[in-house]
Amino acid sequence: MEINYFALLPEMILAVFGILIMIAVPFVPARLQTRLAWPALVAVLIAAAVALIFPKSAVQEGMLFHDSFGTFCKLLFLFSSGMVMLVSISYLDRAKLQHAEFYPLVLFATIGMSLMANSADLIMTFLGLEILSIATYVLAGFRREDIKSGEAALKYFLLGSLSTAFLLYGIAFIYGATGTTKYPAIVQAVTVSTDRIVTLLLGLGLLVVGFGFKAALVPFHIWTPDVYEGAPVPVTAHLAVSSKAAAFLALVRILYQVLPQLNVHWQTVFWVSAFLTMALGNIVAVSQSNIKRMLAYSSIAHAGYLLLGIVANNREGVQAILFYMVAYALMTLGAFAVVQLIGRENERRVLLDDYSGLGYRQPYLAAALSVFLISLAGIPATAGFMGKLFLFTAAIESHMYWLVLIALLASAIGLYYYLRVIVLMYMHEPGTDTSTAPVPVAAAVAIVIMLVGTFYLGIFPGTFLKLASEAAHF
Amino acid sequence: MTEASYLLTILLLIPAAGAALIFLIPASRLSVVRWAALVLTTAAFIWSALLFAWFDGARSSMQFVERVPWFQVDGLNVRYQVGIDGISLLLVVLTTFLMPVAVLASWNITRRVKPYMACMLFLELGMLGVFVSLDLVLFYVFWEIMLIPMYFLIGVWGGERRIYAAIKFFIYTAAASLLMLAGIVVLYYQNGADSFDLIQITQRLAEGRINLSPATEFLLFLAFFVAFAVKVPLFPFHTWLPDAHVEAPTAGSVILAGVLLKMGTYGLLRFCLPLFPKAALALAPIICVLAIIGVIYGALVAMVQPDVKKLVAYSSVSHLGLVVLGIFAFNHVSIQGATYQMLNHGVSTGGLFALVGMIYDRRHTRQIADFGGVAHVMPVYAALFMVILLSSIGLPGLNGFVGEFLILQGTFLSSSAYAAFAALTMILSAVYMLWMYQRVFMGGITREENRLLADLNFREIAILVPLIAIALWMGVSSNTFLRKMDMSVQKVIERVESAREQQIFRVDNRGN
Repeated sequence: MEINYFALLPEMILAVFGILIMIAVPFVPARLQTRLAWPALVAVLIAAAVALIFPKSAVQEGMLFHDSFGTFCKLLFLFSSGMVMLVSISYLDRAKLQHAEFYPLVLFATIGMSLMANSADLIMTFLGLEILSIATYVLAGFRREDIKSGEAALKYFLLGSLSTAFLLYGIAFIYGATGTTKYPAIVQAVTVSTDRIVTLLLGLGLLVVGFGFKAALVPFHIWTPDVYEGAPVPVTAHLAVSSKAAAFLALVRILYQVLPQLNVHWQTVFWVSAFLTMALGNIVAVSQSNIKRMLAYSSIAHAGYLLLGIVANNREGVQAILFYMVAYALMTLGAFAVVQLIGRENERRVLLDDYSGLGYRQPYLAAALSVFLISLAGIPATAGFMGKLFLFTAAIESHMYWLVLIALLASAIGLYYYLRVIVLMYMHEPGTDTSTAPVPVAAAVAIVIMLVGTFYLGIFPGTFLKLASEAAHF
Repeated sequence: MTEASYLLTILLLIPAAGAALIFLIPASRLSVVRWAALVLTTAAFIWSALLFAWFDGARSSMQFVERVPWFQVDGLNVRYQVGIDGISLLLVVLTTFLMPVAVLASWNITRRVKPYMACMLFLELGMLGVFVSLDLVLFYVFWEIMLIPMYFLIGVWGGERRIYAAIKFFIYTAAASLLMLAGIVVLYYQNGADSFDLIQITQRLAEGRINLSPATEFLLFLAFFVAFAVKVPLFPFHTWLPDAHVEAPTAGSVILAGVLLKMGTYGLLRFCLPLFPKAALALAPIICVLAIIGVIYGALVAMVQPDVKKLVAYSSVSHLGLVVLGIFAFNHVSIQGATYQMLNHGVSTGGLFALVGMIYDRRHTRQIADFGGVAHVMPVYAALFMVILLSSIGLPGLNGFVGEFLILQGTFLSSSAYAAFAALTMILSAVYMLWMYQRVFMGGITREENRLLADLNFREIAILVPLIAIALWMGVSSNTFLRKMDMSVQKVIERVESAREQQIFRVDNRGN
């Protein structure tokens, strides 16, 4: 069989750079270690360029798709990984974690995510998930000296492997029901006969557990706050954005492209999960006093909004999910970037109280964080509002009125805890602590990119919406 | 009608560019920032005054319409579409008129002046956007955006309990408008997923090309109505208002009372009535009763307030109740009166808040009990206060009278019982206002601290004179303004009347 290497070229570039950096690590002195971020960023840029340039084709043979949906996802992952690396340089330097293995690990994770979203075979999906998981297990424990980071890594590893086992089990069931793991063949098998519907549903259910874990959907979210709190902030951002997006988008492809016939069943499941995810994420976020935990619960809540797009079960739904993913990536990465700068070395300032009067101590950082929070809250002129508008529109088109109503109530709760941070920053007088956190150039650049993106998507959503709409074809 | 009139876009660009411009001025140049804000808001006012002159009151259609696609994909079609009719024209002018007043009233803000003035201009952008938007999504965007600067104005520059008030204000209004967002999207699908164009949807509904089932119409009406009722605020949605007003800085209160509350009544006129006339007709009795409760309750609570600012805040609840009553009395006179009363309330209550701010700046208290005999030491202040107070309680010759009279006359045509209860406002408002005036200004000086109060300075007089001038003008020559909105009000009424006829027709058919 002929292999289309172009389809895989971006991943191969990432892998080659990743391995080269790994080899270089022992030969680079400690203070220059973080400089190795630059070749990693170059790899991301080249991979993105390649993914953009080489033509997509709807023809699929072998293990991977090479369609516009996959390319959209790939570019999203490359973007968010690039941002995470850009922000992490100063973080690693200041935390005295000058181990450049960080960057290859992020690159490998990106490969895994990209394979997941482009996979045309359950085995490939599983491989992608494993590549992603193993890299992120290590990343979560990157602050080796810190007990919380170790706890996060261990928890994530144990629960993660369990969920992967579920996924694998699900794959086995689907194989049992259809006799194949290839997506097109499964579609055909399901169309021809639905004799083994129970086995198939069991398989789908187990898959949902596996993906639900990675995407932090309720009730598979239990690990999220602890891991997000313990992991180093750039890794938390990576988990909250890229890893979640990868699981979500791979799931979207399976549901919409492979098992659309079962929509009655999975729509019900995700209806319930969406309800629980939005409600729990928003309600629990209200009572958090640590900003990392608050953002962890907020990220759960946002997965709930995203589920509206799945439940909608129409093209607008997919389009809205893709758009919202970009919006979510911009505002969440931005928020975490600011949180990381404020936290300073060893993340000493991650409590909400540390944000008192920040608006007067560090006006630019506070203003940026306000924008990201306002966007997360879904106030107009920001990406978050447009994303929500599209998700709600898609759900209303499918007459999911109750779910939209729940989402609206959940957003109303969300307003409270996002605003609370703004209240602390601007409406409380600064305390005795008048020291300011330094803002390194690389992180500042990343934050500015995210700010511009948040406004651009909020004020001129047309361009991205069109891209998302094109990518929503399977 | 050209589709490429840039006049309103220019109006929006003045505060938008102004807010950006303010940020470029170094923060240490306080007076430059202040003057820049004053010049920019005045420029917006002059521009809107030109629009007022150019507006053709003889036409009922939207004027100065501009329509540009905003974003468009399969299944979504959103436009940047602006335009004004007679009703929005007057509210636009009111907004731009009150902004320079509010900027002048915040001249003595010394803390974080730059962000303050930027917030004011940003706020103006949001308010103007609400009044000129003709696309539902665009409208919602401005409607929500405007909350952010107001939230900061209350929360950063407000009084002691400012944080509580700011959060309450924000969450109340934002949560209520979320339902409207859902309503907008549902309406969009009822419109065949064609557009969010308000003119188009209104027309199609009127022609029966979009058919809403009674239940749908009812729910959609409620979704919009709750958002507007909270903003108005209609009893029992009013609880955020006293907190927000009392804690807001003076200029914040002026704008809050002067313009923000009008956004609610404007929404009722622009959306609830023309889009869902049957539901409006069906629910009118309940809404009218709530409005009357608001009128009387607001007045009674105002009467017993020990705090002048709170008194004025509750008087707003009372006055706005009257406006809502006028709208839901469904006749030409009452709606014209309601629109007129929106402007009056903006001028007179805006003025009252400015006046209260002036005495607060001197004494740092607003308790009625802390004053007495102020007229002896501040005669100019007392005189100007009296004029604006009389305008607020509807003395003939001043603006308030025209609005109240038209509303009551119109309401009487629809229901004499409503009118009888609502007429109590004439008495009650005189009672609480004059009683307050008597306790603050009349008699001997009761407190030694008050003996040394300085009378108004030039800036403060400059704030009040335009307000009084316009109050007089609106009271004497009300036709200047009524003429502009006549046709637009007629259009709203026709829509409701045709729905009423359809209903009667249906009932008749059933009878046969």
